[in-house]
Amino acid sequence: MLTHLSFRGLARLLFTAVLLLPLGCGRASKTAITLAGSTSVEPFAERLAELYMRAHPDAKISVQGGGSSAGIRAVTSRICAIGMSSRELTPEEKGLVEIPIAHDAIALIVNVRNPVRRLTMEQARDVFAGRIRNWQKLGGPNRRITAITREEGSGTRASFEEKVMVAGTAKDKNGKTNPAAFAPDALVQDSNGAVREIVAADPDAIGYISAGLIDERVAAILLGGIAPTEATIRTGRYPVVRQFLFLTNGEATGTAKAFIDYVLSDSGQTALVEEGLTRIR
Amino acid sequence: MREKLIEKGLLLVAFSAVVMIFLIAYLIFREGVPLVAKVGVWNFIASTHWAPSRGNFGILPMIVGSLEVTVLAVIIGATLGLSCAMFLAEFAPRWSVRILKPMIELLAGIPSVVYGFIGVVVLIPLIRRSLGGPGFSVLASAIILGIMILPTVIAISLDALNAVPPLYKEGSLALGATRWQTLYRVQLPAARSGIIAAFILGMGRAIGETMAVIMVAGNALTMPTSLLQPVRTLTSNIALEMGYASGDHQAALFATGMVLFVIIAILNTIALVIARPRT
Repeated sequence: MLTHLSFRGLARLLFTAVLLLPLGCGRASKTAITLAGSTSVEPFAERLAELYMRAHPDAKISVQGGGSSAGIRAVTSRICAIGMSSRELTPEEKGLVEIPIAHDAIALIVNVRNPVRRLTMEQARDVFAGRIRNWQKLGGPNRRITAITREEGSGTRASFEEKVMVAGTAKDKNGKTNPAAFAPDALVQDSNGAVREIVAADPDAIGYISAGLIDERVAAILLGGIAPTEATIRTGRYPVVRQFLFLTNGEATGTAKAFIDYVLSDSGQTALVEEGLTRIR
Repeated sequence: MREKLIEKGLLLVAFSAVVMIFLIAYLIFREGVPLVAKVGVWNFIASTHWAPSRGNFGILPMIVGSLEVTVLAVIIGATLGLSCAMFLAEFAPRWSVRILKPMIELLAGIPSVVYGFIGVVVLIPLIRRSLGGPGFSVLASAIILGIMILPTVIAISLDALNAVPPLYKEGSLALGATRWQTLYRVQLPAARSGIIAAFILGMGRAIGETMAVIMVAGNALTMPTSLLQPVRTLTSNIALEMGYASGDHQAALFATGMVLFVIIAILNTIALVIARPRT
């Protein structure tokens, strides 16, 4: 055991320990479940759990982050009842039950003082690949562009990369499109919130975040002429949309099933829309 | 009998800390070494291209970034810190020492995320407006770190200055030297080893600091050639990408930790050698 103590093993051990804590305190009941995974889904799941627990005072739902990959591993090894993912499963990860709970668009955002409001997909790609470095080329003022991306491994970054960074790129002979690399001098931040704060403060900045997190201090870019609105996101006309997934290991039962049913119900979906996501049904 | 038991017990506890260090080192190296062997030592520490998902594991910009930020932070922290310690040791009236010392100790108790937050809210916009660039930069990180290491630098160099035998000072003053001459020519050289140890311990703290740096450094992957450019340090690289990394990527982060471990071990060794009392 000791020789196999990898970081992941340790993390899993700690994770289990944390999960077992409430048991030790004797507060656990049959109705306590845990969700773990994507930090993009986490705030929305927390809100849903809060609403659900208000209606069902005997249920106990705790929501943890850790990232999509950690959530997938946790639900696979049955450490948590429901995993959360903001990316599609890889072939090795298939076998879990995938329940899409909402659409989430990734919006390009700029400071409200920035006059640029429209970009083509190719322009967006070039900005983040470092090929366009001045706002003047995009119809803005003669100022340097400060591009902000997310850290390697982030689900938001992965979606952005596979939808935007491949724009205008032909498939290679294996039928794969190779996304353009992010400019090495782009700023890197580790959360949607951090990206939004920088864009809100810096008139030269551009970044990408979950469309649900746009507030009045930043402006969404029309990508290829299309704004990320509910209609364009639902119909898939807006080009950068992903699904938020709940994952279960086998069919959900008990509280987990009840919670998922609630999330997919009209009131659950409405709650998600109020938080800025787009309904899936 | 009971005496022995307590003695052995304490010994055991004391050794547990040592065991911990070896365990950490073992874990880091076990995960990191295979990756470095795979990509090659030279490729790892001398390549400037970091894109783990594409199989590029070059951490040179981060090594340079870490050293650059740390050296600048120590210059800032050492200048301010030593001046402050000199003032406290020799010139400060007693009542002001009673106020200043606890305040400086309080500075050490502020969580690093608070320093980072102040950096983002105050320092970054200031740099962006007055000097240009994105604001997230080598300069911002160095200033924040310089302030963060102040308590370490001040406390240790103050101790070193206070430990200089009063005879030195009295002798110098009796020979007609002014207070400043005495401090500069007699007390400072006598306290030299302690002061250098203070700088090096400050340096260790600066190079290991993570949270505040992630928030103000910008974390870009370029070689930092200007003070106004964003930079990624070794610690930020690990903390930023750890959450989602797996496979080779994760191993590469351990290898980053390995490099950091070696750098810090070297710094601490230097500090130990210098701070050793002369016999």
